[in-house]
Amino acid sequence: MSGSLTSSSFPKNASAALANPPLLKAIAHIEETLVSGRRRAVDALPEFEALRDAGRDIKAHTLKHIDLYLETFERKVVEAGGFVHWAADAAEANRIILEICQATGAHRVTKGKSMITEEVGLNAFLKENGITPVETDLGEYIIQLRGETPSHIIAPAVHVNKEQVAADFRRAHADLDPTRNLDEPVSLLAEARGVLRERFLSADVGITGANFLVAETGSTVIVTNEGNGDLTQILPKTHIVLASIEKVVPTLEDVATIMRLLARSATGQEMSVYTTFSTGPRRADDPDGPEAFHVVLLDNGRSAMLGSEFEDMLRCIRCGACINHCPVYRSIGGHAYGSVYPGPMGSVLTPSLQGLEKSAHLANASTLCGRCESVCPMRIPLPKMLRHWREKEFERHLTPKKARFGLAAWRFLAARPRLYGVATRLAAWSLARLAGKDGALGQVPLAGGWTRWRDLPAPEGGTFRTEWAKRGRK
Amino acid sequence: MTTSKPRVGLFVTCLVDFFRPTVGFSAVKLLEDAGCEVSVPPAQTCCGQPAYNSGDRAGARALAEQVIALFEGFDHVVIPSGSCAGMIKVHYPNLFSGEPAWQLRAERLASKTHELTSFLVDVLGAAPMLVAWEGTATYHDSCSGLRELGVKAQPRHLLSAVDGLAVREMRDPEACCGFGGAFCVKYDEISNAIVDRKATDVRATGADLLLSGDLGCLLNIAGKLKREGSKVEVRHVAEVLAGMTSGPAIGEGRK
Amino acid sequence: MSSRDAILGRIRRSLGASGVDATRLAAVRHRLTETPVNVVPARGQLPAAERVELFVRKASDIFATVARIDHRDDIPAAVADYLRGRNLPQAIRRGEDPRLAGLPWQREAQLAVAIGPSAGQDLAGLSYADAGVAETGTVVLTSGVNNPTTLNFLPDHHIVVVDASTVAGDYETVWADLRRRFGAGAMPRTVNLVTGPSRSADIEETLLLGAHGPRSLHILVVG
Ligand code: SF4
Repeated sequence: MSGSLTSSSFPKNASAALANPPLLKAIAHIEETLVSGRRRAVDALPEFEALRDAGRDIKAHTLKHIDLYLETFERKVVEAGGFVHWAADAAEANRIILEICQATGAHRVTKGKSMITEEVGLNAFLKENGITPVETDLGEYIIQLRGETPSHIIAPAVHVNKEQVAADFRRAHADLDPTRNLDEPVSLLAEARGVLRERFLSADVGITGANFLVAETGSTVIVTNEGNGDLTQILPKTHIVLASIEKVVPTLEDVATIMRLLARSATGQEMSVYTTFSTGPRRADDPDGPEAFHVVLLDNGRSAMLGSEFEDMLRCIRCGACINHCPVYRSIGGHAYGSVYPGPMGSVLTPSLQGLEKSAHLANASTLCGRCESVCPMRIPLPKMLRHWREKEFERHLTPKKARFGLAAWRFLAARPRLYGVATRLAAWSLARLAGKDGALGQVPLAGGWTRWRDLPAPEGGTFRTEWAKRGRK
Repeated sequence: MTTSKPRVGLFVTCLVDFFRPTVGFSAVKLLEDAGCEVSVPPAQTCCGQPAYNSGDRAGARALAEQVIALFEGFDHVVIPSGSCAGMIKVHYPNLFSGEPAWQLRAERLASKTHELTSFLVDVLGAAPMLVAWEGTATYHDSCSGLRELGVKAQPRHLLSAVDGLAVREMRDPEACCGFGGAFCVKYDEISNAIVDRKATDVRATGADLLLSGDLGCLLNIAGKLKREGSKVEVRHVAEVLAGMTSGPAIGEGRK
Repeated sequence: MSSRDAILGRIRRSLGASGVDATRLAAVRHRLTETPVNVVPARGQLPAAERVELFVRKASDIFATVARIDHRDDIPAAVADYLRGRNLPQAIRRGEDPRLAGLPWQREAQLAVAIGPSAGQDLAGLSYADAGVAETGTVVLTSGVNNPTTLNFLPDHHIVVVDASTVAGDYETVWADLRRRFGAGAMPRTVNLVTGPSRSADIEETLLLGAHGPRSLHILVVG
């Protein structure tokens, strides 16, 4: 985990985000781009719901046999002339990748967009060891120049506006003409393309993630729109793939099914521009492609999720739909979460990766509205799992004292209907009196969180049960 | 039993009991007019959702036992709330996994529990009441009702028969209002940002009336609209359907 | 213990499963050898002519341009036309694909044809696709001397030839074909599914074409 991230300051981060109008404006774009795009793409494919069922079933089957599929995948990669490395945790993955870079004498490393390298903190680690990898996805490149972390898993720079990008480019590309025009996204893109093209061509090692690992063929699959992932992996002498173990699927048919869900859910495209299958290093008669091909398989807590109430989370294909549709994310953006993975999928995954103690707030900062589950292409029951984390917090007494006490008091009353009747009658009557003719209260003792922002509608007066009894009814 | 009328146990919910008895009376009227024999077990308190959503499974389970015992004798259990009906229908059986006897009771109760508008339309196929409300309304789909129980068309179907009432949909009626139980006070700033968007969407329709099927959402949105000085009336859908709209709307003062 | 054994051991403990359980092994073997097809959208399941029309429509929807020609022999002229239309120099780089090698290139006297992989200096590349997929307007390219992968990404403009007879309704048909040609469980080093020209929406969610890969994708459908 990169050091600047911490979920314990979530409320403070959220406050800051809510007081940041440019950020809020940037996140608001998600509605007319990603959300409406998904809607259109889903409406245009009658089989979408059936594909969701199939996608869920493929992953469920795979997870039940994942040890065997990983062994098959490994065998196929080796048959194709590649190497497979197993990393139990982030530190081991980083060490393996550094060793490969050092063994090839690499100085220049390019990177395709990969959340898994964020998860292990690869960039910081390589930098400490004298290698600075260059991010090549436009969004990731911007983030890297800014010294930030991605605020969204598929749109890493969604929180940045074009003026900020222009300023970053002027600072980072100081050798370019200072009077050049960088007012529009198109000129920013052209500049990044030019600068990065040189990096691609001179890189010694290219590092990518993988959207799928295909057991049948030993292929790793990346899905991108820019083509940066492909330039990262075909130009340098060495291609390293870092992928977590749950990326494995059995066959090409299974990739096809999930592919049909992925882009539609992520951006509303029917298919991303580039879906690339890489199998081993370049062959004898290949005029291009890497000479060495390494796959690093990362566990980092995932094997322990199998067989637990969080197993379903391993079906996640990182499409970001749950994030785009989350009312909380849409209010505060991704950085406030203080974790590598934001939004609902992040709030479920993060405690598994970094421990519940360090993930305070994440599972609680949700209305459990269920929209995430309703759009998740893999039908992951995210609200149910957020609730599981709340249960674990409660069991381990991590729930704040005040909340525990309130809950206990309420539980005591609710289990004693007569007493409950008396207490609610009294409280309803008092609040109604307090409100007088107004019908709503601007301030109520103990309800500051409510009344800071909204009035509290007053009770009508008597409780339903007393009024009902007054009418002599049962 | 001397009558062949369906025997309905009404679970008014703790929020309706406390804040808005009118919703309970509206529900009774709608059910009785549709030919049901309605009872209100007096020992009812709460379905246990606050405990359940706070991770207190044991607390939720204890209240679930209480609700099951109170209501399992009825032909149907009807609730003027999607989230409380969802709690019983979807979540009660999970609370008793590993305890077959209790689980069976929970499942039996779940199978005969219904959200009010879905009971009227899907189970009874009831003819709408002859009521009138002059003006334009917009309808907020409460999350649990919509996504756990599929309540979407039923309230709109019933409203279409209300004389003088036109429904004008807001942008994204399925978006959460930001209530979320304890969430709205625990993360009040975020909750406010969410309800702010909802209030903006409601106002943008120009409707005179906001309706929904869950009092939690209604209190939240009404509280926001009121704070903003909006004149939009906020009511539970049952009030309009039952024609019980003579009293002040939610958060409105007495005239 | 190696990390490999540790990870596999943990997985098996979590699943309560064994790595030599005959039923599990059989389930995996079945899936890998039978490669069952899951859900295939109906939209691509069309008679040949309509399938090609769908392919053309879908490719155009995602900002590719498409031209239809009758014979392979028309390719050189179509390439020259395209370059002229875009105001590009008459120069193209291609691989050794025999379907391209035997064409009447001499008819386009102005057109300079270079052969081999790209090192990044070329404005336009020409490739022969293994197949098209009508479902999404996708072209399928495989690596090798015939069609080097660098041609798919480095030139600013990419012209891809696809035979109408190889336009499939869905990806599954293409997989079956790959297995036939390369053997079950084997793949060329790189298989590229390309759906439109390179794009990015990373700056303010504004959609722009030509991020790192080609700015334009032109498809020539033969037959
Ligand atoms: S949890 Fe579901 S919706 Fe969210 S990123 Fe993963 S697959 Fe996509």
